[in-house]
Amino acid sequence: MSYNINNNGYYGKFGGAYIPEMLYPNVEELRQNYINIMAEPDFQEEFQQLLKDYVGRPSPLYFAKRLSEKYTTKIYLKREDLNHTGAHKINNTIGQILMAKRLGKTRIIAETGAGQHGVATATVCALMGIKCVVYMGEVDIKRQAPNVARMKMLGATVVPATSGSKTLKDATNEAIRDWISNPTDTHYIIGSVVGPHPYPDMVARFQSVISEEIQKQLLKHENSSNPDYVIACVGGGSNAAGAFYHFLEDTNVKLIAAEAAGHGIDSGESAATSALGREGIIHGSKTLLMQTLDGQITEPYSISAGLDYPGVGPMHAHLYDSGRAEFISVTDADAMKAGLELCQLEGIIPAIESAHALAVFSKKQFKPNDVVVLCLSGRGDKDLDNYINYFNI
Amino acid sequence: MNRINKALQSDKKLLSIYFTAGYPELKNTITILEHLEQSGVDLVEIGLPFSDPLADGPTIQASSTQALKNGMTTEVLFEQLENIRKTVSIPLIIMGYFNPILQYGVEAFCKQCQAIGIDGLIIPDLPIDVYQNEYQAIFERYGLINVFLITPQTSEKRIRYIDSVSNGFIYMVSSAATTGKTSGFGDMQMAYFNRISALQLNTPQIVGFGIKDNATFKQATTYAKGAIIGSAFIKHLNEFGIEKIDTFIKTIRD
Ligand SMILES: Cc1ncc(COP(=O)(O)O)c(C=O)c1O
Repeated sequence: MSYNINNNGYYGKFGGAYIPEMLYPNVEELRQNYINIMAEPDFQEEFQQLLKDYVGRPSPLYFAKRLSEKYTTKIYLKREDLNHTGAHKINNTIGQILMAKRLGKTRIIAETGAGQHGVATATVCALMGIKCVVYMGEVDIKRQAPNVARMKMLGATVVPATSGSKTLKDATNEAIRDWISNPTDTHYIIGSVVGPHPYPDMVARFQSVISEEIQKQLLKHENSSNPDYVIACVGGGSNAAGAFYHFLEDTNVKLIAAEAAGHGIDSGESAATSALGREGIIHGSKTLLMQTLDGQITEPYSISAGLDYPGVGPMHAHLYDSGRAEFISVTDADAMKAGLELCQLEGIIPAIESAHALAVFSKKQFKPNDVVVLCLSGRGDKDLDNYINYFNI
Repeated sequence: MNRINKALQSDKKLLSIYFTAGYPELKNTITILEHLEQSGVDLVEIGLPFSDPLADGPTIQASSTQALKNGMTTEVLFEQLENIRKTVSIPLIIMGYFNPILQYGVEAFCKQCQAIGIDGLIIPDLPIDVYQNEYQAIFERYGLINVFLITPQTSEKRIRYIDSVSNGFIYMVSSAATTGKTSGFGDMQMAYFNRISALQLNTPQIVGFGIKDNATFKQATTYAKGAIIGSAFIKHLNEFGIEKIDTFIKTIRD
């Protein structure tokens, strides 16, 4: 069995491109060209150079000594939080802006939840001098205010999404509607491994630099390029896809995905897609999603804006369905506690999204000799208000 | 013969109306259908509401959200329509996004449609290749016409492919926009309508998106077989209510 995408754009039974005809020309243009463009030497050269000099890659693989002692296992943190703009999101936006340029696009749109993808998109648009419009749910605009300000400073227009739960799903709807209305000059930079084929695969490839580096770095630390476990949080699933990518087919490496359980799986207020979802279609992809019996998409909830999404990318739906990855649900409370713990044990303030991955250590016992790599997808600066309010700091 | 094909054979330009089932009130579905038939509408698209209608603008989004709040579901719609063929004889199409249909079960859905007397489906996010590979046989088994969209950006090659798979009409989206957005048709749209007409397709075309009054109806049907009104009809419902449907239809036709 393969865990990566097949020639038809599916991971197992998940994926595809369930899009209205209005989007077909753009999505098809991308599908026909993305692999070739990514393989062009000048694309690779520009991409690698920007990842190195602009993003600051490779990001360190840091052995977290005190955290390891606490949980009596060997924990390495892949420091995506140290990237320029503070999260893994920039790996993808650098790749996609270069793609958009080669496709001759002059206007960029994006959706954002936590604002990290919006900031990363606004950043590369400033870098390339391209017009940028970011859709963001009204609720998220309130809870991620610093990122809204950053996007504006970077020259992007931030448009509030006011439908539905006014979060990431609704921002994505609005971005798709914008693309329908601007079919020739615009490229849509999707922020995760979601959406119609080829987006999940393209974004996974851009993020795969994470596991490529983990392999090289781990070889130096541990004399083996493969860990026993890789842990990542899953919103749409892009940091997890990047951290898992080069380990997908090696089943000796166990994959763990942490998803947001909000107030608890049974509370009616969560975003635990694997636990609560069924096969269906969201944003052009056949995948697992939270929905009513009648096929209406459910409004999700999580304290973390970046995980507050009722679906998951088709790669992860397949990893779940096939049992290749273990999915662990993490509540708001578990995540906040784990976030604060990392501050105090390692001097690192993580994004609340990444804190969901960290909470896995309190839920699953690893052996002392296990090598566990955790993708620390982002830093917590954007979440300070949330931490302050939650802990009454 | 399917009622849609029969209607397409008539000499006149067809007026089709879209409305969202369960809006403004849950119980309005049948009343609206009866009023539409009595006021001389040729074809109706019954919107099965969806929580995340990607191709729709604010008016249809809002009506869908309200319809869902009112309690509309696939099951309820089928119950409401159970006896529709006793009072309404014009062609009826259900227009809905794919996920609710997938959850109901595509075959079960088609079977229900046939039992009720539904003539066709428009599912904007069911791509034509998936339809052909997985569902065409089912649609045909239950005598349902499937309607595909084309847009100003659709290539001629793809239009010809869509033409070859179509068995009713082609839904010609007037401009690059979601529903309810455009403000009249300019030279660009007229040139597009003309270009498609010149392709001499086997399948008749009906234009949708941006038709709101007599002028846009006439422009849209200069070359095409008919036109579909959605958002403008819903706005009229909001403002004047069901009793005044007849007035709206008359202004379009005159
Ligand atoms: C720091 C961080 N981690 C994780 C995520 C979740 O996205 P994904 O699952 O695509 O990695 C986000 C999204 O905004 C984020 O900002």
